[in-house]
Amino acid sequence: MAVIRAEIRSGSYFDSAVLMQLQRSLALLDGVDDAGVVMGTEENKEILAHIDLVTPEVMASKSDDLVIVVRAADADTALGAIGQVDELLARKKSNVDQEYRPKTLASAAEMLPDASWVLISVAGRFAANVARQALDLGKHVFLFSDNVSVEDEVSLKAKAAEKGLLVMGPDCGTAMISGNGLGFANKIRKGPIGVVAAAGTGLQQVTTRIHQLGSGITHGIGTGGRDLKDPIGAATFLMAMDVLARDPGTKVITLVSKPPAAKIAEKVIRQARKINKPVVINFIARKPSMRRDGNLWFATGMDDAAALAVELANKMPDLSSAPVLPVEKFAAGQKYFRGLFSGGTLAYEAQFLLEDYVGRVWANAPINKENKLKDSLTSEEHSIVDLGEDEFTVGRLHPMMDNEMRIRRLLEESKDPEVAVIMLDVVIGYGSHPDPASELGPAVAKAKAEAEKAGRYLEVVVVATGTDEDPQNLDNQIEQMRAAGAWVSSSNEEVIRYAGSILRALNEKAEDEYIFTPVDLSTLDKELMAINVGLESFAEDLVKQEVPVVHVEWKPPAGGNEKLASILERMKKFS
Amino acid sequence: MTINIDQANQKAIDAIFEARPTLIGVARAKDVIPGMDDNLFLHAGPPCTWDRMSGPVRGGMIGAMFLEGRAKSVEEAETLLASGEIKFAPCNNHSSSGPMAGIISPSMLVYIVENKSNGQRAFSGLNEGRGKVLRMGAYSEEVIDRMIWLNEVLGPAVDRALKEMGGLDIRTLLAKALHMGDDGHNRLDAASLLYTNLLSPYIIKTTDDPKITSEVIKFLGENALAVLNPVMAGCKLMAEAGHGIEGSTIVTVMGRNGTDWGIRVSGLGDQWFTAPSPKVKALYFPGFGDDDACPDIGDSVIIETAGLGGFAMATAPALVTFIGGTPRDAINTTLDMYEITLAEHKHFNIPFLDFRGTPTGIDIRKVVETNMPPRVNTGVAHKDPGVGQVGAGVVSAPMKCFEDALVAFAEKYDI
Repeated sequence: MAVIRAEIRSGSYFDSAVLMQLQRSLALLDGVDDAGVVMGTEENKEILAHIDLVTPEVMASKSDDLVIVVRAADADTALGAIGQVDELLARKKSNVDQEYRPKTLASAAEMLPDASWVLISVAGRFAANVARQALDLGKHVFLFSDNVSVEDEVSLKAKAAEKGLLVMGPDCGTAMISGNGLGFANKIRKGPIGVVAAAGTGLQQVTTRIHQLGSGITHGIGTGGRDLKDPIGAATFLMAMDVLARDPGTKVITLVSKPPAAKIAEKVIRQARKINKPVVINFIARKPSMRRDGNLWFATGMDDAAALAVELANKMPDLSSAPVLPVEKFAAGQKYFRGLFSGGTLAYEAQFLLEDYVGRVWANAPINKENKLKDSLTSEEHSIVDLGEDEFTVGRLHPMMDNEMRIRRLLEESKDPEVAVIMLDVVIGYGSHPDPASELGPAVAKAKAEAEKAGRYLEVVVVATGTDEDPQNLDNQIEQMRAAGAWVSSSNEEVIRYAGSILRALNEKAEDEYIFTPVDLSTLDKELMAINVGLESFAEDLVKQEVPVVHVEWKPPAGGNEKLASILERMKKFS
Repeated sequence: MTINIDQANQKAIDAIFEARPTLIGVARAKDVIPGMDDNLFLHAGPPCTWDRMSGPVRGGMIGAMFLEGRAKSVEEAETLLASGEIKFAPCNNHSSSGPMAGIISPSMLVYIVENKSNGQRAFSGLNEGRGKVLRMGAYSEEVIDRMIWLNEVLGPAVDRALKEMGGLDIRTLLAKALHMGDDGHNRLDAASLLYTNLLSPYIIKTTDDPKITSEVIKFLGENALAVLNPVMAGCKLMAEAGHGIEGSTIVTVMGRNGTDWGIRVSGLGDQWFTAPSPKVKALYFPGFGDDDACPDIGDSVIIETAGLGGFAMATAPALVTFIGGTPRDAINTTLDMYEITLAEHKHFNIPFLDFRGTPTGIDIRKVVETNMPPRVNTGVAHKDPGVGQVGAGVVSAPMKCFEDALVAFAEKYDI
């Protein structure tokens, strides 16, 4: 008959890694069935109960108590095992050769004033305060701890933004800064690719693939899995992107995330578009609708992202070939798109592609019913009207043959002060109007001139569908339309993406920018030095990488006494 | 009242650094100590009643009864001490500081130390040397005879010398001694030699009888603790300079009487915060052990309060033999104390730590936050009256004193 014996030590605190080691050592002793060494939290007591390791005194223990419990063949063995606890604790020799172990972050910072980083892996309920201290000392934070509240994350990141510091985490498993790994990290070759990841193993997967493909990274910056969710709003992600955008060593940026909140993902992409470097994006569960959009490349998976990044880094694309957008010419309030099509499929494609740029697009022949225009004769917001639809052709010629109706609608739309871009299709060939540009061209010129008179700028974009062997001659049609001031291409997609880019830029203007103090790049480039608070193994790993590190012998404030800790917290307001 | 703790503490620290304790003379306790009278007997640590007094304090009181001529036998002394006729008070409540039992009786001679920066004075008895001594609770005939000799011969000679030399700067003496391997508390070998060296020419000059001159200089020179009492009074003045500042969380008094440990805090007036006195982790003289030891005792911890002693361990590596450690342990002790103090001393520094100032100004917030009590170097008295010193070692202050003070602070200032 096995017996269970326990010892409760109040006011003792050890980090969980130490306790687990101790627990294993105890369980390995002769005659011992099982052992538990945990802090007396409700969760831990439940676990102990499950494995039949409780006594009344264990159940009575509090979260600040160290519980040592042993099940053994007999009482003597159990008590003997418990008696060895102190010896086993003392036997644990540190691998960090540090003559003095500071007890506080402030002292550690004095010992290693050049440390730019603080690694924090203490229990979640204490982690935010330690992180706050680190930020106050002007250090970047690698916050491994989980169970940090969303409120704390928001306030920590706000403080970091103000101070130009990175808070990587909470629950950030991985980061690689200037060739040194923090937390769980791989040995990745130095190279031209910078990675930002709201994904721990995501960062590991992408960077290891980059390494395997022969390239390497500048920095791999983790942000914590919640960064691309509300209400965090990509606080760290955006700062990290800015770091890589300015970092001269980073040629290509790669962004990786666990499934992000859609709105936040948009915000990140918007910001990424402003970076004058190729940016590869792989947000899990967010299907890309295009491969490339300006400086952005959308990957289909992490492996694809790594391969794309390496390919781009090896052969840098020419980003200057993208068309210059006339965004500055528009008057305030101009923000909508109106598409006046004669061809149904062209109109459908426009609806489909434009959505990526502007969101909802109304249409008389919508892809989704809920986007149907209430009145086909009256446009709303972004609208696409297919004038070749039956409703318009009753008792009338098809608009590919008769331009009159489209011209009227064009002039009408151009008077709307909220309209910025109007798209037309010019479809030629047998059966079509013999020279549509001869009528549409002057109408476009007139519409643009009237808009200008009214103090606005109107962009008219045209897709011309036909060949140089068509009776109307494609080049001739294009020339006429261009002469009238239209932006013309024979690719429907190209025209739509061009228009979409303009509209996106116009609609973004009003949105709030995320304001932060830029991170001082030198803090990332100089020799990495760190302060470690929490899991000693993180310090040991840094030592292995020859990173100077000071490990703090941290204990919960006031030895875990909550009443005293709360007084101390309140006293801060009187300082 | 709205307080700014940091500003209040800075004010306290500034005053502590400003203090310039100077030993100016020797006089009879009842003539100079405020509030002293024929029936008042001072002891170390926080207040204590006769029935709770530890062995060494009881023994010291009995010895003081003999010295004062108030009793001829132990029984007679005990009866009188228990009668209520004799009043007891902590040295610290009367601007004094007493080592170990810390007994000061009305007719004892005491050192007078004056803070030249604010005119405050503090007092401490004449040191009896090591071994069987009143401050350890011994009261045998040889102990009383030595007390009489101190009162009648050594005290007057030192007083004459001090007056002739125009006072002796305690702060400078301590600063020098720290560079000579003293911690200022348990090791005062260098300071005591400096002290004897400075006094001797004036003792010779002002004492006619060469036999007395020789005896006095020999006694001072051979006593490695000769300067302990002026140092304690000096540290008392330094700490006291930072006392009574509203909103300050600095500890300005620590003391123990073998029964209780007690502290006072600058912003909390004269209230003592006490806890049972712990046992010292000690090395014992041959023939003694843990079972013989009295719990921690004495006002000498005022030295740690002022930023020396255990706090300056790093500069006194010779002391580590007391704790059975290595010089590295001594350095780490000092480094730990930086975690609970507010400042680095302007005048006391440690060559080994690149002349970093000693950790000074114990902050109850930091003690509680780090859960790390001040560490003290100290002697150990026998638990029974009349035996004396049995060892020396290190001890940590009980956390309860600091925790209670923190709670009281929060209550007083409505935090």
